Amino acid sequence: MKILVPIKRVVDYNVKVRPLSDNSDVDLNNVKMAVNPFCEIALEEAVRLKESGQASEVVAVSVGKSESQEQLRTALALGADRATLVESDSVLEPLAISKVLKKVVEDENPDLIILGKQAIDGDNNQTGQMLAALLDYPQATNASEVKLDSTNVEVTREIDGGLQTLKLNVPAIITTDLRLNEPRYASLPNIMKAKKKELNVIPLADLGLDTTSRTELLSVELPPSREAGVMVESVDELMDKLKNEAKVIQ
Amino acid sequence: MSILVIAEHDNNNLKASTLNTVTAASQLGGDVSLLVAGCNIEGVINESQTIDGVSKIIKCDNEIYKNFIAEDLSALVMEIADQHTHILAPATTFGKNLMPRVAAKIDSQQVSDIISVEADDTYKRPIYAGSCIATVKSNDDIKVITVRSTAFDAAGMSNSGVQVEELQGTDSLGISSFVSEELAKSDRPELTSANIVISGGRGMQSGDNFHLLDSIADKLGAAVGASRAAVDAGFVPNDYQVGQTGKIVAPDLYIAVGISGAIQHLAGMKDSKVIVAINKDEDAPIFQVADYGLVADLFTALPELESSI
Ligand SMILES: Cc1cc2nc3c(=O)[nH]c(=O)nc-3n(C[C@H](O)[C@H](O)[C@H](O)COP(=O)(O)OP(=O)(O)OC[C@H]3O[C@@H](n4cnc5c(N)ncnc54)[C@H](O)[C@@H]3O)c2cc1C
Ligand SMILES: Nc1ncnc2c1ncn2[C@@H]1O[C@H](COP(=O)(O)O)[C@@H](O)[C@H]1O
Repeated sequence: MKILVPIKRVVDYNVKVRPLSDNSDVDLNNVKMAVNPFCEIALEEAVRLKESGQASEVVAVSVGKSESQEQLRTALALGADRATLVESDSVLEPLAISKVLKKVVEDENPDLIILGKQAIDGDNNQTGQMLAALLDYPQATNASEVKLDSTNVEVTREIDGGLQTLKLNVPAIITTDLRLNEPRYASLPNIMKAKKKELNVIPLADLGLDTTSRTELLSVELPPSREAGVMVESVDELMDKLKNEAKVIQ
Repeated sequence: MSILVIAEHDNNNLKASTLNTVTAASQLGGDVSLLVAGCNIEGVINESQTIDGVSKIIKCDNEIYKNFIAEDLSALVMEIADQHTHILAPATTFGKNLMPRVAAKIDSQQVSDIISVEADDTYKRPIYAGSCIATVKSNDDIKVITVRSTAFDAAGMSNSGVQVEELQGTDSLGISSFVSEELAKSDRPELTSANIVISGGRGMQSGDNFHLLDSIADKLGAAVGASRAAVDAGFVPNDYQVGQTGKIVAPDLYIAVGISGAIQHLAGMKDSKVIVAINKDEDAPIFQVADYGLVADLFTALPELESSI
């Protein structure tokens, strides 16, 4: 069984992102970049399936700028066998990215594709479901448990009211939620080994796809800020404020 | 303009998020149709007929849609997609699962999680865990949109006799099937529509200690939520999580107890009207968004709070 894991290079989750001064976009100058946390979880799941003998190969793929090779090297250090970058200088939307990923899938023929449920930059939560639609594959989003056998995969999903379990035919698409696993850290020897693993770069133009943007970003602003609040000294004072000032409790 | 809203329900009742989504749809200007697909949904249809601003209900009552499997439901939406200019659903796990599948099938770039309608093709949405708000214009012929329910009021329910059209279902794709579901049962209000939410974080120390929050919630008619740290530690189930990757809430009153205020948590609650923070660390970032902050040990503050209600 071969597993494909799409990985996105995004701002590190600790960075507080701000708009550019002309409000045309977010300011990503000199900010720390990282593998999207949900993609790390996707990769970890794939690597565990390989380590337990249920999968034979894990391939990481990213669509993005040349710098995304850094994140693919991280993926290789974390256990991916090889990696592919589809290099594009422009920022692509989830629909375009899923079209690119579809090409990669047709080329690689994986049995399972594990993606993050969302990328923490645009918070779109779209790519996995879109890829599933384009391929007519079954999907299980927000996975918190994955069980494999040769023709099926059983996935428990986190849904608003609790948990739901689905059975999917393979090939299938899974997107990961936070509690699926806890990703490992890359060890130094593995980081060294990763440098020798295969990382293949394909220019986006070679795929012959129409990836033009369908949406226009008109502006980016800070959200309305909250007025500074007050500190209270005691529970009694708090209750008094809630009843008589804020009037949110009777 | 002809707008389609996909109703979220549990085959018995509409979910509140459907009403917020209808309000967003009404702001686009144009006729709003509501697709109600499920199994044995008479009750949901009756409720739907009372929603203000809905001019037509499209009903599809079929065993196949009982569990709202995205593969089958998206195929159904495809049947009527091209009769519409906009297709909307709530940005809940239901809508997030379904809508991108619809969007890709009709070659449209979905706009996720909108918080305002600026024009029929232009919307605002949070990005980077709500650190920034983007204004986005869609140039697709059919716009596919998910709606953050806390950003729109619920549509009223004083309508009557909205016409119902029946839609034949499609065959199941048969590539995925429902196995089981474990739904949390609670007598408290739903987290995303409660007027008051009281949430606990890692500072609660154990699941047992959540009873301190439960008894306050019962007195206030509040829902109980949690930070990811509290969920990860196993104190409470996953459906309690508030935040960037959990539920988005905006109650009249949000009380954060033993929660530090990480940006990912704030993303889920900072639009609450009044925020109270109880934390023993006076430098906790949660105090920067709190209207009322109390520096105290929660194990003394919570019992005091309970007895003062
Ligand atoms: C991709 C990603 C997505 C995430 N999504 C979410 C999300 O949706 N929701 C979310 O909440 N988090 C999310 N997180 C996690 C987030 O970054 C924080 O780790 C988390 O919110 C911390 O939870 P906490 O405040 O309960 O714990 P901590 O940060 O450990 O804070 C505990 C607080 O309790 C206080 N405390 C301890 N004991 C007491 C006491 N006796 N009395 C009073 N106060 C006490 C401490 O002073 C401290 O401030 C996400 C992280 C990532 C990377
Ligand atoms: N540019 C990209 N390259 C590779 N994978 C991506 C890319 N963008 C999104 N993905 C995958 O899709 C998931 C969801 O992203 P999104 O739909 O943007 O929220 C991510 O966690 C990745 O697994």
